[in-house]
Formats: sequence, structure tokens, C-alpha cells
Amino acid sequence: MTTAVAAPVDPPFAIAGRTFRSRLMVGTGKYRDHATMVEAIEASGAEIVTVAVRRVDLDRRNEQGILYHLDPRRFFLLANTAGCYSADDAVRYARLAREAGFNEFIKLEVIGDPETLLPDTEGLLAAARTLVKEGFQVLAYTNDDLVTALRLEDAGCAAVMPLASPIGSGLGLLNPYTVRLIKRRLSVPVIVDAGVGTASDACVTMEQGVDGILMNTALAEARDPVLMARAMRLAVDAGRAAFLAGRMARREVAVPSSPTTGLLG
Amino acid sequence: MSQIRIMVNGQAKQLANETSLLGLLQALDLDPRLVVVEHNRRIVRRGELGSTALADGDAVEVVHFVGGG
Repeated sequence: MTTAVAAPVDPPFAIAGRTFRSRLMVGTGKYRDHATMVEAIEASGAEIVTVAVRRVDLDRRNEQGILYHLDPRRFFLLANTAGCYSADDAVRYARLAREAGFNEFIKLEVIGDPETLLPDTEGLLAAARTLVKEGFQVLAYTNDDLVTALRLEDAGCAAVMPLASPIGSGLGLLNPYTVRLIKRRLSVPVIVDAGVGTASDACVTMEQGVDGILMNTALAEARDPVLMARAMRLAVDAGRAAFLAGRMARREVAVPSSPTTGLLG
Repeated sequence: MSQIRIMVNGQAKQLANETSLLGLLQALDLDPRLVVVEHNRRIVRRGELGSTALADGDAVEVVHFVGGG
């Protein structure tokens, strides 16, 4: 007789009172074609899908818009302010994104350095305060720095999104300690955004206890983005379950797994 | 003046005087439901596109969602 193993009780994942099934969020950039992107997003199981705000290219017409390829009724569109290097620019992009009419959520990025795309935390905080005042639900992309994360929470952000490593780097989770610390100290959801390169990175990140992961390049630049999306889905689930299960203690010495009694004389 | 010169997404455009923002979108073959319009740095709601007239020297930005992370 087999007994079903009860799944660990996982609290629902909610941002600003809105509940989501999947802890994996995915971007829509850099795919080789739109069909692959859509198939990869389906395989990832993600509900929250990020998009960017850009000028319409007047010479190329409508078909370049993501909404021609992605059904906005099936996914929760999370617009970002990627490419903004000042608080004013980020606020401008956020307002334009909201006017598209889907939701009040904004993934706020204020970049401070073009080589590393690391955040300008001063500009980030200023933009977050303005947008919160205007009724936005701000998900703030930030460093793995506890004090900045605390200030973003104080500013009223709906979620704080520390990086695993720089955007598009695929270097994985460089500092599990700081990410764990941020998760432990904040009340709002902590979603790791950027830097995850492969499934083991996603799993280790979720094992830190964070609420979710947002990734883009790891899928878009995989040799097989659809298969990688499936791997990431499993890795996020595995990492979450392992976190809830609670890992064994680390020891510096071996402890035998087999009985030390009953050995042959 | 029968013609006005405006900037749309950084490109100079010549239009008939009293063209509305909706008229501009139609001239550009853009679906107003899929874009957001900023007129002289002020966002114009969809319902007001038809009643907002362009004037010489205006700057218009027409944006939409594209793939991003």
C-alpha cells in the first residue's frame, strides 16, 4: 500500500493583495522569435510576464508590439522602466505604462551604471516614493543591500526585488546571505530579479526562502528556451519545497548512514 | 497656416492644421487601443485623442509595450 505524501503547506503568494499561483515570473525580451517566446512562457507556467515601454517605430508599424503576440487576458502584464537612468524618466515611463490600462503594477528600475546595470538606489527611492503617492504598486529592482531594501519597504513598495547578480549576466546567486537577510527582515514579498543562469541557480535562490524569481535571459538565451523554461519551473518548485522542508544541518565530519552495530566480527 | 510641423517620436512630420491626435494615429496606421500617447510631455487619455488638436511645434511620443525583462 502506498501513502500519498502530503505536500508542505505553502502560503499563497500575493503581491499587494493579488494572489498568484506561480512563483516564477518571466520576461519577454531577447527571444529569437515570438513563437518561441510564447511557447517558453507557457512551459514556464508563469502568470506574471514583464514588458517594456518603448517608442513605436513609425517605419515598422504595429506588428512589433508585444500585444500582437501575447494575449493580455492570459497573463498579468508587469511593465518595467528598464533603460531609465533617472527618477524622472522612470516616473514618466511608469505613467505611460499605466495608461495602457492593464494594472497599477510597475517594475521600477532606475539604472546607475551602463556597464553593470546596477541600480541607482538614490534615484530608485525617489521614484518609488513618487509612484507610491500616485497609487502605483511598485516592485523595485534593487541591489542585494538590506538598508536599501528596508527603505524601499518604508517607501511603500509592494515588493522588493534584489538581484542575484547583474542583469543578463547568468552568474547565479552571488550572495545568498544578503538575499536571505533581506527576506528575513522585510514583510513585503522579496522576489529575486536578474542573474539566474540555469536551473540550479533558480533552485538555490528559492532555497533561501524568497517569495519568487523573475528571469528573462536565462530562458531567451538558452539553446532550447522551451526546455529551459520547463527546467526553471521544476527548479523553482523544488527550491521552494526544499526551503519549506528545512534542510539538514551542515557538519564538518561524516556521520554514517548505516548502522554501526551488527558489523561482522 | 494650413500646415503644421510637429515632432513624432523624434521624427519631423508635416500635417494639416487642426489635425487631432487621433487623426495623427490614423495617418500613421496605428491602433489607438494598443498605444499610449504623450503630447508635449502630458499623457492624453484614449477618450481625449479625438478632441486634442495638434499645433505647430508640438512634440508627440507614441509608445507601446515591447519585449523586455
